[in-house]
Amino acid sequence: MSIKILIPTPLRPYAGKQSIIEVNAQTVGEALNDLTAQHPDLRKHLYSEDGKLRSFVNIYLNDEDIRYLSKDATPVKETDTIAIVPSVAGGR
Amino acid sequence: MALIISSSLYDQLRRHGEESYPHECCGVLQGEFDEVGGKAVKAVVPCGNTRTDSPANRYRISPSELLRIQREALLAGHDIVGFYHSHPDHPAQWSATDLAEAHWTGCSYVITSVESGHATLTNAFLLEGAEETKSYVDEVLEVTA
Repeated sequence: MSIKILIPTPLRPYAGKQSIIEVNAQTVGEALNDLTAQHPDLRKHLYSEDGKLRSFVNIYLNDEDIRYLSKDATPVKETDTIAIVPSVAGGR
Repeated sequence: MALIISSSLYDQLRRHGEESYPHECCGVLQGEFDEVGGKAVKAVVPCGNTRTDSPANRYRISPSELLRIQREALLAGHDIVGFYHSHPDHPAQWSATDLAEAHWTGCSYVITSVESGHATLTNAFLLEGAEETKSYVDEVLEVTA
């Protein structure tokens, strides 16, 4: 089924400058795979060399962080939206 | 390239730094990118500092709050163009932690020094490069009437 992924500002140059991309998937993992298949340049910005999601990349399914759901295996519905939210932090 | 902000929004983010003193404040800058990479701030969105373990020298914006602001920006036809935070009793200059924990390439990071509760210098820095090669470059902060 087709669902939407919200692309944050810093990743848009690697995603055809789009803010929303539609993918076909049954799970969050499949959605991210379809996203990086459509836009291969995104892969290195989302995943480290060992294939794990980078620690500062938060993935939300609607309003829930997928870490607190079933991670990549979290099932998705047609009306769902996935959002990629890089973290914002720092300090002196 | 410059980050353009009205004096009222500029005052708002500096005041947030003063109100949060001696803790660091933080927030999001919503606005628009122009075709050559400049940015215009249209709204300043204050956020809570979730680094309650060390709020005097660290800040973090909750990803869920960031997501809400990201959605609101899109609905308003805006983008997230940057972020701001304060350095209590410390220069308005990015730190090693600021760089290590910055991941929004192409966005501005605005830092206000708050000395004894009073906002002094405010500087803007543009985050450039990929994660492994990222760096900050000084950015012109243009405050308009």
